[in-house]
Amino acid sequence: MDPAHVVELELNGSRVRLEVSPREHLADALRQRCGLTGTHLGCEQGVCGACTVRIEGAAVRGCLMLAVQADGARVRTIEGEAGNPMMQTLQQAFVERNALQCGYCTPGFLLTALELLELDPRPSREAIREYLSGNLCRCTGYQAIVDAVELAATRLRAADASTVEPA
Amino acid sequence: MTDPSSTPAGERLRVAAIGQPLARAEARRFVTGTGAYVDDLPAHRMLHAAFLRSPVAHGVIERLDTAPARAMPGVVAVHDGESLAAYCQPVRGLLAHLPGMQAPSQWPLARGRVRWVGEPVAIVIAESRAIAEDAAQAIGFEWSDLPPLVDPRAALEPGAPRLHPELPDNLMYSATVATPGVEQSFAQASTVVDLVLRTERVTPMALEPRALLARWDEARGRLTVHMGTQVPWMMQAVFATVLGLRPDQVRVVAADTGGSFGSKIHCYGDESAVAVVARLLDRPVKYVVDRLEAFVSDVHARGHEARVRAAADVTGRLTAFEVDDLCGAGAFSIHPRGSVNESRHVLGLTGACYGSTEYQARIRVALQTKAMYGQYRGVGHPLACLFTEAAVDAMARRIGVDPLAFRRRNLLPDDGYPHRAPSGARFERLSLQACLDELARLMDYDALRADQRTPAAPRAAGVYRGIGLAVFVENSNHSSSNYGRGGAPIATRDGATASLTQGGGIRCAVGLTDTGQGVATAMAQIAADAVGAAASDVQVVLGDTDHTPVSGGNWGSRGTGIAGEALWQAGCALRSQLLEAAAALHAGNPAMLDLVAGTVVRKPGGEPVCTLQALAEAIYFRPERFPQDFRPEPAAQRHYAQMSYDGIYTNGASATWVEVDTRTGFIRLLGHWIVDDCGTVVNPLLVDEQLRGAAVQGIGQALFEGCLYGAQGELRNATLADYLVPMAAEMPDIHVGHVSTPTRTSALGAKGAAEAGVTGAVASVVNAVNDALAPLGAQVLELPVTPERVLRAIGALDGPRQHRPASAT
Repeated sequence: MDPAHVVELELNGSRVRLEVSPREHLADALRQRCGLTGTHLGCEQGVCGACTVRIEGAAVRGCLMLAVQADGARVRTIEGEAGNPMMQTLQQAFVERNALQCGYCTPGFLLTALELLELDPRPSREAIREYLSGNLCRCTGYQAIVDAVELAATRLRAADASTVEPA
Repeated sequence: MTDPSSTPAGERLRVAAIGQPLARAEARRFVTGTGAYVDDLPAHRMLHAAFLRSPVAHGVIERLDTAPARAMPGVVAVHDGESLAAYCQPVRGLLAHLPGMQAPSQWPLARGRVRWVGEPVAIVIAESRAIAEDAAQAIGFEWSDLPPLVDPRAALEPGAPRLHPELPDNLMYSATVATPGVEQSFAQASTVVDLVLRTERVTPMALEPRALLARWDEARGRLTVHMGTQVPWMMQAVFATVLGLRPDQVRVVAADTGGSFGSKIHCYGDESAVAVVARLLDRPVKYVVDRLEAFVSDVHARGHEARVRAAADVTGRLTAFEVDDLCGAGAFSIHPRGSVNESRHVLGLTGACYGSTEYQARIRVALQTKAMYGQYRGVGHPLACLFTEAAVDAMARRIGVDPLAFRRRNLLPDDGYPHRAPSGARFERLSLQACLDELARLMDYDALRADQRTPAAPRAAGVYRGIGLAVFVENSNHSSSNYGRGGAPIATRDGATASLTQGGGIRCAVGLTDTGQGVATAMAQIAADAVGAAASDVQVVLGDTDHTPVSGGNWGSRGTGIAGEALWQAGCALRSQLLEAAAALHAGNPAMLDLVAGTVVRKPGGEPVCTLQALAEAIYFRPERFPQDFRPEPAAQRHYAQMSYDGIYTNGASATWVEVDTRTGFIRLLGHWIVDDCGTVVNPLLVDEQLRGAAVQGIGQALFEGCLYGAQGELRNATLADYLVPMAAEMPDIHVGHVSTPTRTSALGAKGAAEAGVTGAVASVVNAVNDALAPLGAQVLELPVTPERVLRAIGALDGPRQHRPASAT
């Protein structure tokens, strides 16, 4: 057996202490040691994006990062974004627009789309396609996903506008 | 029968939820990451499996030393083919009704010989997957090489080494068909086109790899398998066969399944081995295929080489088609469906959408040292469509007629059904002309043609645009004519139950699974309208052999058409039973009652009598309120099989608009359109996304995907970094239209929709590229149509090829 290393994370807002093996990637640690099975594994090679998680706010491949490298980091998974209004808007748009089929890639797409909308509240369809092109979906053909991100962006802008006090 | 909305029994199809674009209720768990795929399932005392797979395409197993693996801490068991054979039975992928088909026996793990790179050789069971993988690498494996049989043409040469010594040769199957006048038609034709098309092997590549969790319950003598699958009932039969159990001793539960597309409807040796070992160890065993393993062990499909000829008379009418197709289908015929169906659809459907009356076809399927062939979305239909539509475009070009006009002139007429194609395929009701007309309208064909010839905006020199069209049929709602007659344990009669819950809701159960289609939502809509309840009050149970009626499962675009029809019938029966109960409870006449949105009302007028909730309370908690001689029956079960045709063909047309940069060979997709006729559309939101997703898989085969084998039979691009699938940035928006011709073989009238999108897409993309290249007198008939192939076609690239030509592999 590999020797265990202790890492401490801020995982979905809570302090977590994990014993991991040096060769264990972050996605395996999250799934197997923390029970956070919303992070999926599609290729374990950094291509498909199903394992996307957020490290210090950035969308990162959970399979390309060793768990020991996450020591001291702020990590958020799809489960940890459940209370985020921007994520909830995206999730609602994905459901309404049927922007998912088997659902295996969906958490990765949502976390990547979340990062996009944080950076650019008004992305064009081309910009959405480009930003999501590191995530692989074999079911939808992508159009419904692009539609859903566009719809969520529109709703978020409308919500923003309505919270601005008139001069 | 002229009214398509009336049922065979004369009862009108009630439509409230049916036809509505309802969002999937079950989607919430997927967007929150709370789905439960196999790898997410916990189990006490669970063990993990890993496999040693053959690193060579063909060899004799000389020595397998498992002792080093057994000695490693955390390893619980190691088996090779020989040690496992005492506890299991081999299988064969033989369809017994096909004359001359031969299929070798196959054990879960290789015995004596290995026959493809990736074939499972030994299984290691350990306390963790990491330990199991380490131990698999420690197994000593020595072999002596045998010649790989990579090229199917060479495999079929007389005197070629036999892949299976017990078989006389490497020909898995061949078949021919010829009409009496075909040779004369070609001899007398005013124009003949003659093409050779080659398509590279592709693989379904579901994002969630195959996975199962098997456990044996010694006390009950039962095996329970949770797995990603389209076919729990078929897998019950498969595991029972392999383990020598009665089918009732096996429970198969479909977990949330991350896509499938035909890859999860087979008997794979690794999965069988896991089930056998779980029984031996009396502990749960989990196995999830990793991506590399998926590429070398999942089914492959669609690699063919075909010579296609078409003949036209002096008036520009197609008179005859001919196809000669060769396919290398891997090392075994996969159990239980067999690996020859793709070629059989090529034989059945090439040219079949057109009014030509003469036809000749030969198909040959070879055994070879590559991964096994199996079903991939559309199973052969995309090939038949590609072969036909490429020839049709070539013919239109040769005789100088616009390809849209040429198709309109030659398509089967919409008023000519039922129709029997020269191959023998029978079409119930198609709308080929209506779909093509709708496609031309939707895409604004004339405007695109004008832009192609006289660009609205200036284009760079060397940049050409092209339009590709494809007309297609796609089988669905299959009868038992293939698997049933062939002896495969795959149901074509599905059952469905509908019952009243104690809370006044409707609970229904069908044996389908949901691998992403939204089956549960479509079933809820059907049950809601059949009973007269709100779709949101319908609970749907899927995919568990302990809790659903027998079902063929999801394949061949049959779920809605077959299981949905059974559920419609069960729901109608339940509705009658509930109205009788309401009448008995309220001293009324059932014929004067109706059930609308969960409330029993009087006819006419709609005065409420009672809610289903109140009726459920009376039935379950207050039985004494009913007359003494009346027994309410709050559940119904019905079964349905389509037996009028081998299958109910759907049809449609697709178009692609591309730009080809002849300086680089790059192809840009500017637009894709599809018009589909799947009869009654139960949920357009679901159907449209099935069509779009399938179309993108077709685009993938046309432009990107291919399993590239080396000369020694090694798969050289078995990673997602090297096997290119479509990503968001290069895909166009896809416009969808519908024509609706409900089948008259069911009350619901639904035909399949899940495969149609792919069938036309492959051909329309290839035709679009060749339309763009036509001014240069060039064409590409090898798939995928890569930039390199484009540049070679126009003579812009000399020197050695980067890729071998696609070779029916």
